[in-house]
Amino acid sequence: MDTILRGLDYGMISSLLSEEEILVQHTARDFVEAEVLPVITQHHRDETFPEELVPRLGELGYLGSVYPEEYGGAGLGAVAYGLLNQELERGDSALRSFVSVQTSLVMYPIWAFGSDEQKRRWLPALASGKAIGCFGLTEPDAGSDPGAMRTRASRTTDGWVLSGAKMWITNGTIAHLAIVWARDDQGEVQGFIVERGFNGFSAPKMVGKLSLRASITSELLLDEVPVPEANRLPGAHGLAAPLKCLTQARYSVAWGVIGAAMACYETALRYAGERIQFGKPIAAFQLSQRKLVWMVTEITKAQLLAVQLGRLKEQNRLRYQLVALAKRNNVWMARECARLARELLGANGIIDEYPVMRHLMNLESVYTYEGTHEMHTLIVGEDLTGLSAFN
Amino acid sequence: MKICVLIKQVPDAGSVLRIRDDESWVEEDKLVFTANESDSYALEEALLLKEAHGGEVIACTLGPERSRQVLKDALSKGADRAIFLHDESFNNLDCNGLAKVFAKVLEKEHCDLILCGLQADDTGEAAVGPMLAQELHLPHVTMVVQTELLDGGLKVKQELEGGWFRQVETSLPALLTIQSGINKPRYASLRGIMAMKKKELRELSATDLGVPATELAPMQTLQRIYVPVKTKETVYLEGAPEEVVAQLVDKLANEAKVL
Ligand SMILES: Cc1cc2nc3c(=O)[nH]c(=O)nc-3n(C[C@H](O)[C@H](O)[C@H](O)COP(=O)(O)OP(=O)(O)OC[C@H]3O[C@@H](n4cnc5c(N)ncnc54)[C@H](O)[C@@H]3O)c2cc1C
Ligand SMILES: Cc1cc2nc3c(=O)[nH]c(=O)nc-3n(C[C@H](O)[C@H](O)[C@H](O)COP(=O)(O)OP(=O)(O)OC[C@H]3O[C@@H](n4cnc5c(N)ncnc54)[C@H](O)[C@@H]3O)c2cc1C
Repeated sequence: MDTILRGLDYGMISSLLSEEEILVQHTARDFVEAEVLPVITQHHRDETFPEELVPRLGELGYLGSVYPEEYGGAGLGAVAYGLLNQELERGDSALRSFVSVQTSLVMYPIWAFGSDEQKRRWLPALASGKAIGCFGLTEPDAGSDPGAMRTRASRTTDGWVLSGAKMWITNGTIAHLAIVWARDDQGEVQGFIVERGFNGFSAPKMVGKLSLRASITSELLLDEVPVPEANRLPGAHGLAAPLKCLTQARYSVAWGVIGAAMACYETALRYAGERIQFGKPIAAFQLSQRKLVWMVTEITKAQLLAVQLGRLKEQNRLRYQLVALAKRNNVWMARECARLARELLGANGIIDEYPVMRHLMNLESVYTYEGTHEMHTLIVGEDLTGLSAFN
Repeated sequence: MKICVLIKQVPDAGSVLRIRDDESWVEEDKLVFTANESDSYALEEALLLKEAHGGEVIACTLGPERSRQVLKDALSKGADRAIFLHDESFNNLDCNGLAKVFAKVLEKEHCDLILCGLQADDTGEAAVGPMLAQELHLPHVTMVVQTELLDGGLKVKQELEGGWFRQVETSLPALLTIQSGINKPRYASLRGIMAMKKKELRELSATDLGVPATELAPMQTLQRIYVPVKTKETVYLEGAPEEVVAQLVDKLANEAKVL
């Protein structure tokens, strides 16, 4: 097959991919080049999310693409889905975050733990972008340790009452529904679909972020919010349920950040070839070449790891510990690539005329959300030694 | 409505072109290939017509193995089936030969409409469409910027020189060559990509079509490919203003002959 990936493919990863997978990459890249890159810098400056792109994401099938067609998906394989995330994050982590949240943190729990009625009502609307969702797990006092959550769900005669506060919730303010995790009277974690407009529910936007500025991050305030029993996710029992959602989302992060790294590398390579100092392109200096080589080496390794992750996922053989390992490694390498690219651009590295500083800032969030780098170290550490260093 | 769109695979507009040592063509191994721009608009126009009036869209290309890709893209975007014309003997066709081969296929398809791009971005001849119409004895309109289906016919807007347009009505079947910018070509949706594999992509050789090589012998051959040689030169006139004016008047009158 002579069809190859667009852009950086030093390791000839194309040879590991099917025609459809490569076509998904091409199309997503064209879309990002034409419709995301021209607008993203302004959104980043203004701390606004490009909401105008949501219907386009829906039309192209980018929301919930992995689910079957009856629920508005495209039945996409894991590797194709990974490549989609890579291309979106090559645009901006905010866009990939939106798609990850919608697909893995909102549609996934409804698909995996929801009733038929909930699936019919919400999945097609979420897939088309007509409904936007968010996922509320983190709280002011429960981040890496979600088990410490304080949000409560009390049983009433005909339903539930939710009280508490969630923080750092992507899409919160623009969401039509929130998947909210809370402890019931018996102390078990349950999941609820809390709809915009429910009494006592509000989602103020958090401002002043210096990272993921083109993504909306919000608090979810739940002041004795009545929630009908029909909005409880019947199949979700205990903390394992939200953690399963996070494994799905982490998978998309492990792929997505490769795109951010590629954007930084591509920018640095072009810049280093054109920037003349001491009578030569700075790409001619050994120190610059070392940086470029480091980036391509790490990106290539990350790509291989991601493809392997995807193939295992397609065979239902992917362990969450390997997802943790890949999230940890790939975000770290992308963050380092962004730093090196920033250095190579000199003073131009700090200005938003180039995408590098934006990616560098974004990757600080990605390093922390979906399980911090340290927590993933401890998850893999526990798996290797049989000894938990955090529990 | 049955519509066939002819799509050619050409080097991407951003490609760096290097001429082969023997000046026969450009080096192809490092090029990225893509669907010809105006052909993409033609495909979109066909898909829009099908969505509005029903029917079938067939994508057709002729070229080396790699050009199969433009058909897969077309199928992903919504074409119903594709025809790939591929044969050693098709390698050096001129416009006349291309029109003859396409005619062989299309005379059996009985399409209501054949859409081509205005011209191929690599060779830029803009000839295959009209010549194919001739082969098939069909009316044709070139440089089309708008289409409207009438009862039994078609009303199109045609771009002329110098910012002029005209309305043309034609009976069907007909052939149009489509100008870039007529619509907004879509991206393949993920569902479209997943459905692509299940669609028919038929490959036909010269033998399948029954075109004898003798009929395809080129009447036109490419002599040489080269980078344009600079023939213009900037001249700086020097001296006092009066002298410069005198020199300028002399040049305008005697060299440029505009005075
Ligand atoms: C932009 C953004 C968007 C987000 N979106 C969402 C969302 O949509 N939904 C949602 O629920 N959450 C979301 N989050 C929250 C995110 O998941 C948390 O920030 C993350 O889980 C870390 O929690 P924390 O910030 O409270 O840090 P903490 O848990 O307080 O951690 C602080 C530091 O301590 C370290 N640490 C903690 N425990 C240990 C330990 N046992 N051993 C060693 N080190 C440890 C951490 O690694 C970290 O370095 C988002 C965060 C950001 C920044
Ligand atoms: C916020 C800010 C404020 C500033 N204020 C001032 C100011 O007040 N006055 C002023 O005069 N300047 C100022 N500067 C400019 C600053 O001093 C320059 O940015 C700095 O000297 C680097 O130059 P450059 O940005 O052109 O990068 P370049 O010189 O183009 O360097 C680009 C990259 O190539 C590397 N490189 C260059 N040459 C070599 C080599 N031979 N071998 C290996 N690597 C090489 C560099 O280390 C860097 O990584 C400011 C810059 C910033 C960002």
